[in-house]
Formats: sequence, structure tokens, C-alpha cells
Amino acid sequence: MSTTTTFSGEVKARLGVDAKEIIGRYPHSRSALLPLLHLVQAEEGYVSAAGIAFCAEQLGLTKAEVTAVATFYTMYKRRPAGDYHVGVCTNTLCAIMGGDEIFESLKEHLEVGNNEATEDGKVSLEHVECNAACDFAPVVMVNWEFFDNQTPESAKELVDDLRLGNDVRPTRGPDNLCTFKQASRLLAGFADDHATEGPQAAGPSLVGLELARERGWAAPDPDDIPPAPVLDEGEGGAK
Amino acid sequence: MTTDAQPATTLTPVLSRNWDRPDSFTLAAYREAGGYEALRTALTMEPDRLVDMVKSSGLRGRGGAGFPTGMKWSFLPADNPKPRYLVVNADESEPGTCKDIPLMMADPHVLLEGIVISAYAIRSSQAFIYVRGEVLHVIRRLKHAVAEAYEAGLLGRDILGSGFDLDVVVHAGAGAYICGEETALLDSLEGYRGQPRLKPPFPAVSGLYASPTVVNNVESIASVPSIVANGVEWFTAMGTEKSAGFGFFSLSGHVARPGQYEAPLGVTLRELLDMAGGIRAGHELKFWTPGGSSTPILTHEHLDTPLDFESIGSAGSMLGTRALQIFDDTTCVVHAVGRWIAFYAHESCGKCTPCREGNFWMVQVLDRLERGEGTEDELDKLLDICDNLLGRAFCALGDGAASPVMSSIEHFRQEYIDHVEQGGCPFDHRRSTVWGAES
Repeated sequence: MSTTTTFSGEVKARLGVDAKEIIGRYPHSRSALLPLLHLVQAEEGYVSAAGIAFCAEQLGLTKAEVTAVATFYTMYKRRPAGDYHVGVCTNTLCAIMGGDEIFESLKEHLEVGNNEATEDGKVSLEHVECNAACDFAPVVMVNWEFFDNQTPESAKELVDDLRLGNDVRPTRGPDNLCTFKQASRLLAGFADDHATEGPQAAGPSLVGLELARERGWAAPDPDDIPPAPVLDEGEGGAK
Repeated sequence: MTTDAQPATTLTPVLSRNWDRPDSFTLAAYREAGGYEALRTALTMEPDRLVDMVKSSGLRGRGGAGFPTGMKWSFLPADNPKPRYLVVNADESEPGTCKDIPLMMADPHVLLEGIVISAYAIRSSQAFIYVRGEVLHVIRRLKHAVAEAYEAGLLGRDILGSGFDLDVVVHAGAGAYICGEETALLDSLEGYRGQPRLKPPFPAVSGLYASPTVVNNVESIASVPSIVANGVEWFTAMGTEKSAGFGFFSLSGHVARPGQYEAPLGVTLRELLDMAGGIRAGHELKFWTPGGSSTPILTHEHLDTPLDFESIGSAGSMLGTRALQIFDDTTCVVHAVGRWIAFYAHESCGKCTPCREGNFWMVQVLDRLERGEGTEDELDKLLDICDNLLGRAFCALGDGAASPVMSSIEHFRQEYIDHVEQGGCPFDHRRSTVWGAES
């Protein structure tokens, strides 16, 4: 954990270049605050006092104003996250489908509580709210990449692999996981090269389309639709 | 059972129709399937004609509230000199809702084309996509699509030689369900804690940076290109009179084949369950949500209620985001509701006393009830808290919390009493899990 309350000159200079780019995206500079907090989290693995001071300085805000924002959002961590931050959804649907059991077994297996990291700093764990993958329940996220359809066994294997440094591939994501810090940098708005990796869609996302193909179902053919009676110049765009 | 007069509803893949090609998220694949032709058409039209077109289509917001999209656009004041902004709400976080995330992952360009057309229609040159931060690969795909679009002259200056300029910024959130509420989203986008604003003034008049702003859901905007390409009559040929068009019906929970089923509005749960392979073997439907946790729960009584705004409204619930969470007989209603209220308590921004204190209080009551340490009087206490919460806060988060509590007590009062009388939960929670069904 950082014991200083400001970044070194080198860090400030380097992040200052990034900050300038981020701030330049918005008509009003304060809009850059959320991305800047992701940026400082990318530097240290959490949002520290130094990170807060940096954001305040960049945007002409007080540290209190920045702290108010940093403490509102759940993705900004107050203690260092592990290299791999594991989120288990325990909102109702995932919980019922097995998320509760997965979370309990991971707490026991890793010997950590909610929002805590393992001694080796490799893995941190928290229970998360609905991550918009309910058709893939129970869902686990690692550094905000999808690990769909988990079981207690697969989840334990997953965290073991993470701690051992074995290759781990998200179910709907890039070929490899990036670290928590690298993920935060992406969230700050700096793209990486991995967008084209991974499936376009998988499993449950495709069941409706597959059924429609099988049954020959489709939306109406626009050519089959009689045009409305023309009341004025017409609406354009049809066909 | 469908009546003789009404043929069974079939699926209408429009937004999902290219999802089965591995490169569907690329500009090349999108163009091959006819993408950005609607934009060419739109750019030859007067912006106001486009607004009229979307109005006539009857497209209603697909983010839960169902407000007519074209009408929202028409509220922008003609005489306001401030710049106009288009903000896409990609903060999908309503429990059970899982349609926008796969859409943006599989086909971000349909959203982008919708953004360009919509921005042109409302005369905006700056659009933001506020996407929740917890979906890293979706953010990658969005940024990649935006980069491709700029490179191809579909974004930036003088788009397709039309003289229309548009910049798009992909902005990641940082974890807050409340930021899916449009005014809280705007506060968050401005760099503040995401707390809702009082309406009026509405965003159309005073939104982002106190300027005229349109905030629309991903699926709403993504539906615009097909309306422009295929016409108003095509869109209204699907759905019902007041709930036109198609939408994603997201099935999750105890069904054989959960997933995304794109269908005309008005399809029934019975029809969707039939398509999805029914409730898992050996079990029966117990309760379900039509539109996410914030919509009152329904039961087998409502299997044939058309899933459109009016019919579900008349049934005492809300269509919401068509997030159909399906729970069978192995599910403890008290536990399910307890988890939902823990969610609302967690996500409450804290601004309004009834929501902040009410949810905090209900979590404790529900916890006691689930553990068998409550009394039957506490059911009345829950309803009393809900009465002080529903309609008493700045935004619908508080209302959303009241929904599962009130509707579960209405439909499953005895189950709460069973917990009281039996000193604990009579259900084996393992049996509701994916692996525990047979135990």
C-alpha cells in the first residue's frame, strides 16, 4: 500500500500525458474524472490518496470532491486488488442457480472474505451484482471478463490456475486475461489489441437465432409490406 | 394455449440476425449484410422527417420505461442555442436484463449506425456511449467499432460527404446500478456521484451540461437503422397497436434453453417457454419477472398474457426490459426477494430517505423472516415500508424495490408464514442450483 500521498515526479509526468488525452475527449473537463480514477487505479491496483490527489490536481477539484466520487462507485478499490479480481454474482438469479454456493466455496478455498486478496496478492474476491449475463448463470467475472456457467468445482480450478499462473481463457472475451491494472487502463479509455479475439457470441446468446433458422422464421420481408397511403411527400427510407 | 384466431408467434431476428457469423462485430461483416445503407438514406432526408418517422413507427424505449422514442426526440427545444447531445445508455444492470451486452459484443456497428442516424435526426454532433465498466470485452468491441467507423468516414467530419459531423466517445462507468437511471447517468457522465435529478426539467431541455440531451437505451437506438431501411409499416407489422415492433426477450433461470429470443412485442411466456424447451425437467413454473427485478412478479396465471406494455400493465406488473427470470418450485421466494432487496439497498444512491432507510430496513426484516426469527406482523411492516417508498423518491429505484416485496407477499404470503412457523427456510437451496436439481 502506498504510504505517500502524492505520486513521484516521474509518475505524475507519465500519467499527466495520459490525463491530457483523456480530458481532451470531453467538452467539460470534470467528465474525465471517472476515467482518471480508472487511470490511477491502473497505476497502483487501487485508488490511493496519491491517486486522488493526482485527479484533483488535474481537474482543479478538491481532494474531498474527488474522494466523494471515488467512494461512490464499486469498481474503485480502496485496498489493492489482486492481479486477478474475481467477482461472483450473488444477485437473485445467479444466487439461486448456484452463485451463493460458488461464493461460499471460493471464500473457504482462498481463505479470504469479501473484497479481500490472497496473501500472495494474486487473487482478490468479491460478490458482485447482476453483470448482465443471466442466461449464462451462474456467472463469475475475472478482471471484468466473463466466465459463464460456473460451478464450485470449476471456480476453484479457475482461481487455482490464476494463482499458479496457468493460462486461463474467458468464455466470452480475449484469448488471455490481462491483469487488473491493465484492465483499469482499458477502462480509462486506452484500447488494447484484443478486441477481435474471442467469439462474437456464444451459447445462450444464439439460441433464439438458431431456432429461427431451424424453423425458417424471420421478420417480415419489407417488400411484402404494402406501403401506407401517401398523405404528404412520404416518409422516405422505405425499401 | 393460443386461440384459433391467433396463429402462434414466431421469432423475428433483426438485431441478432448476423450473430452467427464469427466476424459479425467487424465493419466488413456489417457492411456485407447491408449495414450503413440506412445511414446513406437517412442523410438524404431532412432531420425532422426522420424524427417523424421514428415517431410514426411507434418505437418505444427499450430500456424499461417504454417512453415513445420519437416523442422524446421531439421535446428538444428548437430555440435553445446550446449544443445538443445524444447519450446512449449502455449501463445494462437491471437484474435479469442481459440483451444489450451480447448485442454490443456481437454487433456494435448496428448500435453505431443507429447513433449516427439518431444524432443526425436530432441535430447533435456529439454522442456518448455510457457503458457500464464491468464488461471489459464489450468496451473493447465498442472502441474497435468506433475506430473502424472513423477510419471509414462514418464518424468524424463530413460523414459520407453529407456535411454532417459527429464525434462519439465511449465512456466506461465504474460500478453503480443507479447510473442506468438517465439523470443519474448524466450526473455520472459529468464527473459526479451518480444521483438522480428531479424532473422537470427533463434532459431534452436541460440534460448533459445543462444542454438539450436525448438519452436512449442501446436497443432503442439499434432499432433505428432497420426502421429507416425497411419503413414504418414494416415495423408496425410486428407487435401490437400500442407496442409496435420487435424486441429481445431474455430468458434466464430454470428453463431448458435460456437465452435471447428476438420476437414481436405481444408474444406470450407460454410461447417463449415452448421455444425454450420448457421449465427444467421434473419441475413446474413457480414465479417469474416480466421485466427484471423491478417489475412485480407474476405466476402461471399469466402464461398467456401478451408481453406488451399494456397487457402486462393491466396484469399488475410492467414489461420493463423483457428480462424473463424464470423460477421453479425449488426456489424459496423469501430468499429470492431477500437477495433483490439486498441489491437495492446496496445500490441505493442514498439521496432520498425513503429509499435509503427503507431498503436498509427491509433487508433486516427479510433476513429475520428467512431465518425463521420473524413474525407474521413483520409482513405488514414490510408493506408499510413499501407504502412509504413507492412513489416517494426521486427515481424509480425505490419503486423497483417495492415491487418484489409487495408482489411476493401478494402471491406467496403463506411461504413467508411457513418460515415463521417452521423457524427457518423449508427449502433445500441446493435443489434450485444448476447442479442440484436431481438431489
